Amino acid sequence: MTNSSSQASTHALSTRRIGLAIVILLILIFSLAPILWQLLTSFKTTADIAAIPNVYFPKQLTIEHYTEIFRRQPFLRYMFNSGFVAITSTLLCLLIGTPAAYALARLKLPGEQIVLAATLIVTLFPYILLFLGLLELVRTFGLANHYLALIVPYTAMNVPLTILVMRSFFQQLPRDLEDSAKVDGYSTVQMLLQILMPLTLPALVTTGILTFIAAWNEFLFALTFITRESMKTIPVAVAQLSGTAVFEIPYGALAAATVIGTLPLVLLLLIFQQRIVQGLTAGAVKG
Amino acid sequence: MAQLKLRALNKTYNPQVVPLKDLSLDVQDGEFLTLLGPSGCGKSTTLRLIAGLEQPTRGEIWIGDRNVTEQAPGDRNIAMVFQSYALYPHMTVYDNIASGLKLRRMPASEIRQRIEEVNRFLGLDGLLKRKPGQLSGGQRQRVALARALVRRPDVFLLDEPLSNLDALLREQVRAELKQIFSDQNAPIVYVTHDQTEAMTLSTRVAVLNDGYLQQLDSPKRIYTRPANRFVAGFIGSPQMNLLPLKCDQNCAMLGRYPIPLPDRIRLPEVILGIRPEHVRLARPGETSTLQGQVMLVENLGMSDLLSVQVEGTSIGLRALLSPDQSWGEKNISLVLPAESLHWFDPQTGDRLP
Amino acid sequence: MSKTLRDQERQTGWWLLAPAVILLLLVYAYPIGRSFWLSLFTQNLGTELQPVFTGLNNYGRMAIDGRFWQSIGNTTLFTAISVLLELLLGLGTALVLNQSFRGRGAVRTIALLPWALPTALIATTWTWIFNDQFGVWNDLLMRAGLIKTGINWLGDPHWALWTVIAADVWKTTPFIAILLLAGLQAIPNDLYEAHTLDGASPWQNFYRITLPLLMPQILIATLFRFAQAFGIFDLIQVMTGGGPGGATETVSIYIYATIMRYLDFGYGAALVVVTFLILSLAVAIAAFWLSKLRPAGDWR
Repeated sequence: MTNSSSQASTHALSTRRIGLAIVILLILIFSLAPILWQLLTSFKTTADIAAIPNVYFPKQLTIEHYTEIFRRQPFLRYMFNSGFVAITSTLLCLLIGTPAAYALARLKLPGEQIVLAATLIVTLFPYILLFLGLLELVRTFGLANHYLALIVPYTAMNVPLTILVMRSFFQQLPRDLEDSAKVDGYSTVQMLLQILMPLTLPALVTTGILTFIAAWNEFLFALTFITRESMKTIPVAVAQLSGTAVFEIPYGALAAATVIGTLPLVLLLLIFQQRIVQGLTAGAVKG
Repeated sequence: MAQLKLRALNKTYNPQVVPLKDLSLDVQDGEFLTLLGPSGCGKSTTLRLIAGLEQPTRGEIWIGDRNVTEQAPGDRNIAMVFQSYALYPHMTVYDNIASGLKLRRMPASEIRQRIEEVNRFLGLDGLLKRKPGQLSGGQRQRVALARALVRRPDVFLLDEPLSNLDALLREQVRAELKQIFSDQNAPIVYVTHDQTEAMTLSTRVAVLNDGYLQQLDSPKRIYTRPANRFVAGFIGSPQMNLLPLKCDQNCAMLGRYPIPLPDRIRLPEVILGIRPEHVRLARPGETSTLQGQVMLVENLGMSDLLSVQVEGTSIGLRALLSPDQSWGEKNISLVLPAESLHWFDPQTGDRLP
Repeated sequence: MSKTLRDQERQTGWWLLAPAVILLLLVYAYPIGRSFWLSLFTQNLGTELQPVFTGLNNYGRMAIDGRFWQSIGNTTLFTAISVLLELLLGLGTALVLNQSFRGRGAVRTIALLPWALPTALIATTWTWIFNDQFGVWNDLLMRAGLIKTGINWLGDPHWALWTVIAADVWKTTPFIAILLLAGLQAIPNDLYEAHTLDGASPWQNFYRITLPLLMPQILIATLFRFAQAFGIFDLIQVMTGGGPGGATETVSIYIYATIMRYLDFGYGAALVVVTFLILSLAVAIAAFWLSKLRPAGDWR
């Protein structure tokens, strides 16, 4: 190889690296800019927010929007509602979905292919197709403005994902372990609880995070089944913050509310990003 | 204790997949029976049927005077050692070994006593509080054995327990296994595809192929009197020479060399079997030798494996000869000792008496 | 013969499965089935919310309902454009994240961020960014000299749908990127090495190895996103509510308005049924397509 061509190849390599760096930078800007802008807005003074042209580097920062949303709205209550509904439905979902996933992964049941296919298809249908029928059920059972009106559908909408993720996890477990447990004398339920549960704990955490995110973010059912202020969840409460005052939208408060409402999810993502990626791909690709 | 009986055991998944076809055999107390065969021969299926991990399509399984065919694995009082050891990763070694006993509601004091006993001759001291993840392969293997032994089951099942060990450790553990199980007064069923394990460990070997029992005999007889062509070819390494030959009167013709047939064999064609290690060089002046050309020499260390083309034929004969001479591409004369010949029916593959 | 043991296992299996199946039937099958039934009745303010059996009347009404057809058109446009853009951007992001560079884990986490955030909250963020007076997007464009006066992105019927699409692309590109990244990482490196030794250029590597082997993931991601985009609700409901003048009204928004605002339950049910059927047909076609492609892509 001559000297000049090796120079050319290192040159090509470095242009390639620079190109990659630029693309990475673009991805970061694309992903972060809107969130950072909202974050900045939430700390700007009301005057800066309404300034034209926009203020990119405010001289003064304030937390008045944060104090305001906690003062004027039962914001802690919304957080509690969202958290309670999301956590409860997540636990229920794991409780119901995991045994089903095991049955579909390991026990040879007639018709299991149909159940599995139905589970897959169900994930494709948008909630708008369900809400009329569910609205009727909610009214029939008098569940309007009741946590159960959200917990039940949230549990159900996450069951397919739980089944798919946990099933693929169970299938990866060495079969010998279950056989060994059977020879030792464990019953199926004992085996699930004492042998498999401890082993599937990481997968349960993964699935639980995904279901929690989905439940925390749900909007349509929360908007329809809950009308009482004290029962509202974060997404609905924040969305309606902009709707309540048509002429004077409290942008600062809205930004602060958005930041608070997304904070738990940002933390979850930062802590568990590896697991979330695993779960997402297990649920979608392997299913 | 109890004797294990399999009666016309059959496992059919669908008409194309029949891993086990009407297997019947008995295993006595203290007998070490090895199920040997290539992968897919039905040996693992048999073991899983005995364990109750799968259900037979037909047939019965008896342990002593109990028909256990309908019983759940946990009710059969069997213990099984798995290829992967199947230790529960979240339990300590002690809890792993104790799990089967705890489920049978044995008092803690007795469990402790039994574990100590097993511990003594398996040398698990200092490991009992560890988790399986902290053990070496050999140690895990011992724990798996301990978990089986401590149960004092009616039947021991071992599913290729040595295959996950490296070669050096395998020989050592093989010797230990033999010692440990020689003291056990229960039927032992051992599955392997490794004939050395089968030969060294077993009191009897059941050779399986394609779901059928090919031969059930002592290791020695499996080697010296293979019941059919399959067993002859499967047992022994390097593989037995199996030569399809035409017959002329009471001789089989290997090219121009007549090889006398035993008296009762009168067939137009036969298969001649002779192990490479039984072919020997002709001594000077010896008659009834055959000439051949050395085509290939493979050095196996303690001997040379020669592939010899028999003169005037395209038949290749493998011979295991001492390595202290050099073989060019030259002609050699060989002897096939009459007492080492095996004859098989080319149609059925069965041994001819 | 040996039925009891297998029956026992089967029975246990059904018990384990039953709660999930019952829940799914209750929350998915029943509401959709019920909608089929309700769609045969007229039940609205005109009938004082009493159901009156009117057969297929609701469907006849739908055929001449311009607003319905417009919503179908909007939905189709929204779905097609946003899914296409998300696929392209998602594939690009996945290819970049599949390169090895320092801090890749952190970049991946940040790239995944939009997906994890609540759509309804993100909708308010985008509403603010695209605000006609104070919005930063107008400000940036004006500073760059691309426009002279601010555009009313969400209030102008020509722009509103595109604005909503932009927000949706931002929100869901990460989902596709992560799925495709997993697919990329599953392609063994020696395939590329062998192909490169054969004399292939990076571009040939991409369309002869990467693209064919990634096809299953691409199709699955497309199917998922197609179904989700077709049912888009929260983003549009919060950003425009379907306005201005129905310019962003998708089927979901129309169904919601029909039922919750006009209290026209029978017609709403008919809308649900038709949407369900359209979606089922599309999914069936996609699944058929997928199953034909699967064996070719079944290289693992």
